[in-house]
Formats: sequence, structure tokens, C-alpha cells
Amino acid sequence: MPRLNSAAELENLRKEILLKRDPDKPCIAICGGAGCLGLGNDKVIRAFEEEIRKQSLESRVDIRATGCHGFCEKGPNVVIYPEEISYTEVSPADVPEIVSQTVVGKKVIDRLLYTDPNTGEKAVHQNDIPFYKNQMRHLMSNNSRIDPESIDDYLAFGGYAALSRALFEMGSAQALEEIKKANLRGRGGGGFPAGLKWETARNAPGEEKYVIVNGHEGEPGAFMDRAIFTGNPHCVLEGLIIGAYAIGSHQGFIYTRHDSPRLRKNIYTALAKAEEYGLLGENILGSGFNFNVEVHFDVGIFVSGESSALMRSIEGKNPEPRPKYIRTSVSGIWNKPSNLNNVETWANVAQIINKGADWYAGIGTEKSKGTKLLSLSGNICHTGVVEVPFGTTLREIVYDIGGGIPNGKKLKAVHFGGPMGGSVPEEFLDTPLDFDEMKKLGAPIGAGGMLVLDEDTNMVELTRFYLNFLTNESCGKCVPCREGIRQMLKIVTNISEGRGRKGDIELLEEIAEVAGAASLCSLGKTASDPLKGTLRYFRDEYEANIH
Amino acid sequence: MSEILLQIDGKEVKATEGMTVLEAARQAEIFIPTLCHHEKLEPYGGCRICTVEVEVRGWTRLVASCLYPVAPDLVVRTRSEKVDKIRKMILELLMAHAPDSPELKALAREYGADRDRFEKEPSFCILCGLCVRYCDEVKQKNAVGFIDKGARREISFIPEIAAEECWNCKECFPLCPTSYLQAAYHLTEALAFPGHRSKPRQASETT
Repeated sequence: MPRLNSAAELENLRKEILLKRDPDKPCIAICGGAGCLGLGNDKVIRAFEEEIRKQSLESRVDIRATGCHGFCEKGPNVVIYPEEISYTEVSPADVPEIVSQTVVGKKVIDRLLYTDPNTGEKAVHQNDIPFYKNQMRHLMSNNSRIDPESIDDYLAFGGYAALSRALFEMGSAQALEEIKKANLRGRGGGGFPAGLKWETARNAPGEEKYVIVNGHEGEPGAFMDRAIFTGNPHCVLEGLIIGAYAIGSHQGFIYTRHDSPRLRKNIYTALAKAEEYGLLGENILGSGFNFNVEVHFDVGIFVSGESSALMRSIEGKNPEPRPKYIRTSVSGIWNKPSNLNNVETWANVAQIINKGADWYAGIGTEKSKGTKLLSLSGNICHTGVVEVPFGTTLREIVYDIGGGIPNGKKLKAVHFGGPMGGSVPEEFLDTPLDFDEMKKLGAPIGAGGMLVLDEDTNMVELTRFYLNFLTNESCGKCVPCREGIRQMLKIVTNISEGRGRKGDIELLEEIAEVAGAASLCSLGKTASDPLKGTLRYFRDEYEANIH
Repeated sequence: MSEILLQIDGKEVKATEGMTVLEAARQAEIFIPTLCHHEKLEPYGGCRICTVEVEVRGWTRLVASCLYPVAPDLVVRTRSEKVDKIRKMILELLMAHAPDSPELKALAREYGADRDRFEKEPSFCILCGLCVRYCDEVKQKNAVGFIDKGARREISFIPEIAAEECWNCKECFPLCPTSYLQAAYHLTEALAFPGHRSKPRQASETT
């Protein structure tokens, strides 16, 4: 493939790709996400390949192992195009029938359709399933349509048009303005306006600047970033290249998980293909803009996802946080301006450039714009990756999308943000999903891990679980974090085992206050948040165990 | 380097750009306690005992003075109810590990810290990292390092390096606030290279 040297060449290539494609050609899209992998989708994929061979359909039918479709609960998920017939919980034994009946015979197999447990209604297409129907899937919708390893698939769905637009129609200043105007806020947990961060890095003195994708996603119960990054890596990469152009950076870093082979493979393939096509590297699309990307893997500790620790790790040092009281967008990796955003933030960029800030700002609440990816798990009927516009109430997410609480149990609380987050009790279920509203309640959205808890949940035990996680995942550098968590864990363990003593709750509050105020990085500062939240709303559960 | 005027505990203090609050305070003979700080080493910000209150644009923040840069008209308070509470708690947390460290005992008296507040887990090391960083930054030998993470973090001598380097150096010994380091070294020596002493170095080698 010769490198593309202009916007026109990119559009010509896109036309060629589309011309070559027969929209009526059947395609079997099998979810290759982490959840479906755990449910044995590799066997399903192999069964389809075998069956297609057996029926000599290789030239007439495509098989596509895609990224995560979202509905992990009902995996392995399979979609048959062009009719977009959606089958759930597919096993290798179903495969011959699917090929003969649906792919060749164009008949729907009723027993493989999703059945609504309340109405008994069957859903033929993904968008008929309540789990999908009630979402707004701007980022996730392409996951079932593209092969993550195929740049042509991404181009067929308009890929890299935003990059071309930024480079040739907008210029770097206007691209930055567009992101600012859209009020895209960082999805990693802080909710800081991405445009302002970009601007700080752009205006920071120095020639050499870096842009970074934080794809660490180390907290328990968070699996949305890997869904989009594994399933649609070019979408993240395109955002990164646009960001680099807007900021004036020529070197990017992707920092991601060492333990996800498919994610790793897809990223490397995406980078190689983008470079081959002239969308990365020297003189991108003939614009004169140069940009390269290096991939780094985490070292197996949660704190390495913290921005300053992550930057130290990229420098080749221990991933220990090091606040310099100067923003990393001014002084980060090797003391150069370094703009870090998480996977989902970068994934939002291309659509903002394509459809405009006004379109984007029309979605969501007054101060939280666009959609948010959530990892829905816990005591919920529909575990999976969910995308909703900000402003959707927690009730809608739990009941309309999540299908409610299994086994006829009542909802007790919703926990956001994993080990550094907080829980809100049932009475706040009508709260809209919003960075600031949720923060006020003591349950900031964080990166988007949403854990649903039923009436049987022991909130003290939940807190103990998170503290135990953190005591192993803190770097251990600073005293309030290392020693504070150690002591909080001891006391909470005692309470959870019914051995609480008078004064324990007050002591917990005192340690939490000191750890929150004096710790070095945000891990230590927020390590006590689940404790504070459960003390705020479920204090009686602690008190019941104090003797 | 331009001169900066700031206020520490109500006193006008002169400093130069690039200095930390701790350096400015020490220069003005205002005492801020530290446990992990050393003039020859990069600021670390690990022990947090040097936490002070600063006022920035009307906002009060708690910061580590060993890392926080001076700024014109910065208002610093080295003691306050909040600061003292933090220092007291830090000392109590550390004294669960090293209850008899003279440095900790002296500070505990100042801040009213109760050495028995937390159940004893006498590891004797408070993980200030002075030995680790001195061996790295000053001696560039890395004979002693941190191992593991979180609450399981420890210092450990690397026998292969220690056997060659430590006998003639031991400059880290007096830095240790708890004397745990010496014990760790002797244990390493006893277990890994008993009786092995590298030859005293020639004068030309040590200069």
C-alpha cells in the first residue's frame, strides 16, 4: 500500500474500499471482547470457520472477529450481516444451524434470539434488545461492524476523515478551539476539561512535547476502555494524532496493559497500518506534520495508572508518583510538556471534529457533555459495557439497560469508581449521571466502573475489599497512604468480623482525613473515599459491629 | 536567579526562584521537621511530616514543603491545627514500626503523638528511603533498594553488590533514623557473604 499524500488520496482510497465491498455479502460478526472470550467465543469462531469451509462458502461469506459488542452477560454474541440478526449465548453446537438457516437460508432461528424475561418478546436485532435500545452508542456502535485489525474497515466507516479535516480545513488552533467549545471533559476520573489541558500543553514553553494515552485501566470492575481500545484502536489513535497536531507534539506514548494479548496485538497492528497508509509517521497525509507513537506496558501495579507515576514509568523508572506542584501538561515526561488523556477521552475527539462542537455539546447535561462508557457489573441482570448520554438517571441505567437486580432482590446501592470511589444508596437513584452531581453525593463517576449492589451486600465488607486491594496496589512510597491504608484495613477487618471496638469509627475518620489531606498522589488522597462514603450512608452497619 | 519575597509564619523571608519552601524556611532558621529529606538528595516527598499550609490565591492548601516551590507573596504556615494533626498521625503510624527511634520520640513529644496508638508491627524500618536514595544518587551503586509494593514494601541489600561495595562505604548507616539499616546489612552479610570482605581499596580507586 503506497502512503497517502493528500486528503484527496484518502478520500479516493475510501471510495475504492467501499466500491469493492458488496453490502449484501453476508458477514458473521463474532464478539471477541474479554467477556465473550471468557465464555468461549474462540471455540465459536473456530466452529464458524470450519463450517464455512465445510459448506464451501469461503468466497461468499465473511467471518469477522470483532471487538466487544457490549452485552457481556449474554455472550458469546454473534451478529449476522447484512440483516443484522443478533444471536446471544451462541455455542459451537449452534454454528452449523446458523450457517445453513440464517447465513444461507436467511431465516431467523428463534431460540437464539434474546428474549425479554418480562414481556417474553424476542429481539431480532441488537437495537431491539432493551440493553442496547436504551443506550446512545456513538463510540461503541462500530465495534460490531469492524475488524479491529483492519484499517480498511475503519476507513469504510469514515475513519481518519476527522484527521484530514483538522489538518487541511481547520488548522491546529481551530481544532483545539473545537475541543474546548465541545467542553469534552477527561474520562479518566478527574473530569478536567480536555481542551484546557491541551491549551496549557500547547502554550507551554519548549519545542518537544508529548501526548499520552492512558490505557492502564487497573481498577477492579472497569472494562470499558479495553472494550473500545481493543475493538476500535484506530478511533483512539485518530484522536491522539489530532490532539498531537493541536498541541504541537511529535511524539506520542500509549501506556496500556501488559496482560491483554489481544489489546496489545490490535494496537501494534493499528500503528503499523496507520504508518503504512501515511496516517502516522513523517509528513502525515502530505501535510508536513510528523508524529510517531511508542507503546509502553504497565508493570503490574495499579498506581502506575496515576499520571505522574505513569510518566515516571515511561521514563524507565519505578512507577512512583512524584508531584512537582507543576502540572504535567507543563512539565511531565523528562520535564517536557506532556498531555495525558485516557482512552475514552481520545476516542471522543474524532467525532467532535467530524460533527462539530455544537452537535457534541447538544448531548448530555449543562456541564457534562457527550456520552459516557460505563462498565456495568455486580448484582445486575445485564453485565456489560454501556454507553449513555450524560444526564441519564442511575435508575434508567440499572433498570432499563441493566434489566434490574437478579433473583428478585432489592437494590441497595450503586458504587462508582472502584477502590477510589463511593457508593450512593437507593434513594439517590434518580440522580442524573453527571460529573459534578455524582461528586457532590460522594460517588464521583471515576473512570466509569459502575457496580450495582443488592440488599444482601455488606458495605463494611465492600470497603474492606477495596482497602485490601489498595494496600497491595499502592506504591508504598508515602506514609499517609501506605500506613494509613494498612491501619484502616486492620480496623475495618476487625469491624467486618464483628470485633469492632468503641472509638474505631472515630479513629477511621481521623486516619481517612489525614490520608486524604497529606498523601502524595491521588491514590492515597482518595483511598479512603469508599470508607468515607459508606460511613456517610451506611454508618449503622459499622456501628452494629462495635462492641 | 531572581529574588522572591514570601511570608513564613508571619515573617518576611527572602528566597531565590527554584527554591523549595523547606529550603527557604531553613535559610531563615524556621524549623520544619523532616524524616526523608537530605541536602545531597533529590526531594522525595515520602514521609509527609514536612507538610505545611500555604495560601495560594486565597485558597489554603496542605503541601509537602520539601517539594513545593517558593513563589512571590506566598503565605506559609509551618504550624496550624491541621498541620499538627497530620504530623501527630504520621508519627503514630510510624511508631507502630519503630517505637524507639530517637528521632521519632523527640518529634512525638513535640506533637503529642501516642507511640502506642496503633498495634505494634516492629519492622523497625520507616521506609524513608534515605539509604536507598543515597546509594543510588550519591554513590551510584544501588547496593540497597526497595522491594515489593504497598504495605509490603521493604528495603533490601542486593548481596552481589553489597559484598563488593558496602564494606568500604557504609555511608548510609548514620543516615538511618531507626538503625534498622545496619541490622539489614549485617543480616545480608551473615546470610549471603559471611566473612567475605572485598579488599580495602587503593587510594587511587577511592578518589
